[in-house]
Amino acid sequence: MSVLRWIRRNLIVIAGLLTLAYMILPNIVVMVFSFNKPKGRFNYAWQQFSLDAWEDPCGVADLCGSLSLSLQIAFWATLGATALGTMIAFALVRYRFRARGAINSLIFLPMAMPEVVMAASLLTLFLNMGAELGFWTVLIAHIMFCLSFVVTAVKARVMSMDPRLEEAARDLYAGPVQTFVRVTLPIAAPGIAAGALLAFALSFDDFIITNFNAGSTVTFPMFVWGSAQRGTPVQINVIGTAMFVIAVLMVLVGQLIASRRKSNARN
Amino acid sequence: MTQQQQTAGGDVRLAGISKTYGSFTAVHPLDLTVPQGSFFALLGASGCGKTTTLRMIAGLEEATTGTVFLGDKDITDLPPYKRPVNTVFQSYALFPHLDITENVAFGLRRRGIKSVKKQVDDMLELVQLGDFARRKPHQLSGGQQQRVAVARALINHPQVLLLDEPLGALDLKLRRQMQLELKRIQTEVGITFVHVTHDQEEAMTMADTVAVMNGGRVEQLGAPADLYENPRTTFVANFLGTSNLIGGEIVSTGENLVVAAGGGKLALPRERCSASSTAAGGRLLLGIRPEKISLAHADDADDIPAGRNRVTGRITDSSFIGVSTQYVVESPAGTALQVYEQNIERDTRLVPGAEVVLHWNPAHTFGLDAAQDIDAGATSVEDAE
Repeated sequence: MSVLRWIRRNLIVIAGLLTLAYMILPNIVVMVFSFNKPKGRFNYAWQQFSLDAWEDPCGVADLCGSLSLSLQIAFWATLGATALGTMIAFALVRYRFRARGAINSLIFLPMAMPEVVMAASLLTLFLNMGAELGFWTVLIAHIMFCLSFVVTAVKARVMSMDPRLEEAARDLYAGPVQTFVRVTLPIAAPGIAAGALLAFALSFDDFIITNFNAGSTVTFPMFVWGSAQRGTPVQINVIGTAMFVIAVLMVLVGQLIASRRKSNARN
Repeated sequence: MTQQQQTAGGDVRLAGISKTYGSFTAVHPLDLTVPQGSFFALLGASGCGKTTTLRMIAGLEEATTGTVFLGDKDITDLPPYKRPVNTVFQSYALFPHLDITENVAFGLRRRGIKSVKKQVDDMLELVQLGDFARRKPHQLSGGQQQRVAVARALINHPQVLLLDEPLGALDLKLRRQMQLELKRIQTEVGITFVHVTHDQEEAMTMADTVAVMNGGRVEQLGAPADLYENPRTTFVANFLGTSNLIGGEIVSTGENLVVAAGGGKLALPRERCSASSTAAGGRLLLGIRPEKISLAHADDADDIPAGRNRVTGRITDSSFIGVSTQYVVESPAGTALQVYEQNIERDTRLVPGAEVVLHWNPAHTFGLDAAQDIDAGATSVEDAE
């Protein structure tokens, strides 16, 4: 009886913890296996604790090169997609023009289309244009598919923005540039930031489109894929764990700043 | 620059200003002068063009035709950020990412004024929000946000302060309080206020001059008491308070016009008649305010002094309001005549169904042109928003 009652009382907590475990477990496995010392080339069975990989994360040929390339592509793709996407979002929400509805739905196309189809079409396009596959083709492709996510995130924010705020700024002696910098941009910032983070994450771990259009260039996801055929170095787990920890730290710092700001405002 | 703005004042003058959106005319060519230092109200139901007119003064809306003058200066082509005019927006439009101090300092900073602290403190003192300087707008109540919006505009010492339904979002009690507060601030700073509202009571309480707008035109302009006592159109008569309008035919003219209406004869002073033709035989609408009418039971009809306008009828409805009782009377002159009686000595016979005589001083009657919609403006405040 009392056990049943306890379960009933804590049902939501139990369900929450189970869901959390479901989401985090894979990450924990990656983490644990970054301290493994495998026999042979595959890191799939636990052998013994070791810090070897952590002490020499770049010890595998081409790994850190591919990581750096991926980070560069993600950075530029984020920048490009965020700048373009923000402008598109403002145009779609704030202005009425011909084909606005059509553009509104076309923006969703990259999200809806199977990635492999888009990858193949892009390759066809690049080959027909005589483009040399590599860094630039990958970057162009990434900006293209990140764009729709940025537009969606920023559009949601801009739609909830009161256009009267900008009128108030203009009324209070702010010219067009000042109005944008002092009012429009800060208020749209959360949406833009969300779009940018999404773009970075998508670009950084994209495999299919990248694989089709990279030519002989190798990004980090391609490197992991390649090694999975021939043997997985522990360093992959190290990089994975590091990325995960950095992401978690960033979220924590962000929440800390937000809560401090909130308590400051209250006092 | 600030000094100059404060001293080189002047009237706001709109000359032939109009606004059309495609085929829709929001404001018909309009001439209006708002004297310097006055509290001016633009009153009308939503969609009457009052906000558009205000926004054309602010520069937020481009006038289709006409000129906006501030003093002798033509400001028609100036963008809003170059006009010495500030606006208190409907729903305030406070910047959510800035605290109260920065909201209020915004205009000063944009004009390159560095030391804003003292001015901001003084201004927050004026609106009694000194303790809230570091809060964000969403942490303030509606009334407090409203005062921040006023402070944010006033700190720039504009020549004209524009208020777009500034009290619309507040509850009734707070609204009354803020009306007095705004009036106090206006008297204190002496700046011209142009106030847009759909609330006729608000307009009459606060403004020196009220312009009643309807369908993109100014119907009538004047001091509140003048508008109330001498409406010149049925719209103004019905929109500003309540009026009983009785149609009739002029039977004799002279110093007093005598009109046959509802089976009797009613008199009104000729100078209170705004109809274009006052010749005998012409049609006329007689107007009388509900509180100017006295109500007598039919049995006491003989006690009514001679020389008063009389209408007989039957009470169909009565509601007790506290200070007064409001009666609806059915009579040959009109089906729903409104009568407000002060509750001084209540006659217990005055209940629905009772036969009564309505009587009033002929001098309290006004006359309107019969060629207009008798119900114009009658569905006023409740339907406006």
